[in-house]
Amino acid sequence: MSNKFLENPVIKWIEYRLPVFSFINESVGSGYPTPKNLNYWWNFGSLAGIVLAIMVATGIVLAMNYTPHVDYAFESVERIMRDVNYGWLMRYIHMNGGSMFFIVVYIHLFRGMYYGSYKKPRELLWIIGIIIFLTMMATAFMGYVLPWGQQSFWAATVITNLFSAIPLIGEYIVTWLWGGFSVDNPTLNRFYAFHYLLPFVLFGLVFVHLWALHVHKSNNPLGIDIKGPQDTIPFHPYYTMKDLFGLGVFLIFFMFFVFFAPNFFGEPDNYIKANPMVTPTHIVPEWYFLPSYAVLRAVPDIWFISAKLGGVIGMFGFTLVLLLLPWLDRSPVRSAQFRPIYRQFFWVFVADCFILGWVGANTPDAVFYGIPFLWIGRVATVYYFGHILVLIPLISILEKPKTLPDSISAAVTAKGAAPDTAQGAAE
Amino acid sequence: MMMKLFKTSAAAAALAVALMLGAGPAMAEVGKPPARDWSFDGMFGTFDRGAAQRGFQVYQEVCAACHSLKLVAYRNLSGIGLSEDQIKAIAAEVEVTDGPNDEGEMFQRPARPSDRFVKPFANDNAARAANNGALPPDLSLMVKARKGGADYLQALLTGYKEEPPAGIKLSEGMNYNLYFPGNQIAMAPPVADDAVEYADGTKATADQIATDVATFLAWAAEPELEERKRLGIKVLLFLIVLTAMMYALKRQIWSDQH
Repeated sequence: MSNKFLENPVIKWIEYRLPVFSFINESVGSGYPTPKNLNYWWNFGSLAGIVLAIMVATGIVLAMNYTPHVDYAFESVERIMRDVNYGWLMRYIHMNGGSMFFIVVYIHLFRGMYYGSYKKPRELLWIIGIIIFLTMMATAFMGYVLPWGQQSFWAATVITNLFSAIPLIGEYIVTWLWGGFSVDNPTLNRFYAFHYLLPFVLFGLVFVHLWALHVHKSNNPLGIDIKGPQDTIPFHPYYTMKDLFGLGVFLIFFMFFVFFAPNFFGEPDNYIKANPMVTPTHIVPEWYFLPSYAVLRAVPDIWFISAKLGGVIGMFGFTLVLLLLPWLDRSPVRSAQFRPIYRQFFWVFVADCFILGWVGANTPDAVFYGIPFLWIGRVATVYYFGHILVLIPLISILEKPKTLPDSISAAVTAKGAAPDTAQGAAE
Repeated sequence: MMMKLFKTSAAAAALAVALMLGAGPAMAEVGKPPARDWSFDGMFGTFDRGAAQRGFQVYQEVCAACHSLKLVAYRNLSGIGLSEDQIKAIAAEVEVTDGPNDEGEMFQRPARPSDRFVKPFANDNAARAANNGALPPDLSLMVKARKGGADYLQALLTGYKEEPPAGIKLSEGMNYNLYFPGNQIAMAPPVADDAVEYADGTKATADQIATDVATFLAWAAEPELEERKRLGIKVLLFLIVLTAMMYALKRQIWSDQH
């Protein structure tokens, strides 16, 4: 922040009483030292924050025109699409924004896993991130129910029914969640209330996430600590500008879908009004839930645990197991760049997640070259948990990492006067 | 109590369905609708006004006997190029119930452009009663509500077979259709050569009629499509230029780090 700005009497007056300008400066300004070698995978954190802001902005406009009642919800969404000025734009941005949010956050998560960003001293940062992810999933699910189409209704029915798998009290919990004896008006009303509330909870969590981030600063592609000022550059203008450029690229991608393929990520069935009497032949969740949906359906009866309860445990475990990552991975080296074995398995893991998504989109009895999807799903599920619970600890103990560079600046200058290429290699 | 039991078991059944999808009855082979070129495809697509207006004529003369279009208002027809006077005349052809008036009575009046398309049946039960138990769905969103969109509609309308293939027994009052899920459809073949006489002199082959009505219904489902694509081009061009400039600025700011 320039001295000229701080010398302005009004700014000075405020700063003396509430040091908001130095706070901003130390959070995202020139007062925040950032590793000088961050590559473009580090853009996705700020992108996620921007998408959250876009979702809240469009969401509030939609809320002004939406009616949370089973008799009017579907029609009110269509009114937004047809009669509200630029209502179609707000709705399509919000609808596709949900998918964009997950794309960005999934990349952000995988980046954290590749570069070991969850390791000491960033364990809490990682855990808060997973909590953000869980909150986001709940928000997205409830938002999907609001248009009250066929998929909305049946997704709500299927997902709330999962709680009936809880022994003894399950049925009561489901009735309590519904506010009645089926998914109906009270359910829609409370989902709307929560869908409006949770984004603000997300804002709070994001604030804590950033707070924890700023204590030990960003990790970096080399995964080694900042040793001194020579390793860092100020966040502003370097990373503000890099993030803005990344935002531009991302918006081109985002807006292409909004304007030219707005229903690409959606299901045609959701343009049919909810009908409790007609079950769709194929109930599928939104694409971002497909991997966990595949896990839900992959689990068979195991001993005294029914397939249903096992599936529910598997589905929640799918995300919750990530909380253990900082302690399962014993390797002192963070970045997969210096971990030859882990790096290869990381990509197998990424492929496994895609396979689970693909299985989730197909019916379990469908076959792929003679192999039932049920079994592909089972193998992929076993690999998923095996990778996190067995392979990661094992590799971290057995693997011999490559030698780490002495410092960030040493590594950057050793590779010559073109840090951009060094960053390219880091990817 | 009975109700509660019914509802929880219905919900449990739904879960079961979701968990073991596709356990339903085996279905006959359903054809994949062939992909067609539509005037509204692509980044610069617009609705062919002629086709959409002919399609509107087909809707009025054929479909509207059974199918509602309840999300569309008569005034919206300006979107397919009809003039204000034409729209007023079209609306005035039907009557809607309005009221209550000062005496507390409901009364009939000619529809106005601001009214939504008048439904052919008073309610779903009346529609079922008149259609052998089947409910003709509302067509406002049909193109968005089916996989394949306009391709599917075109294929469905022209995909009837007089006789089902050997071994398939049709239920009472059903028709065989290559593209309908399960192949048995309650709707009788709605289009045939010369089923309508086009005002603009276009030869009304079954294929032409299907194409026209699919175009009209694509418009009905996405009346914002043209405005959306026009704005989209501007937004993308703006973003591409802006991003290029930001890239240049980023290079410049980072140049002292290289």
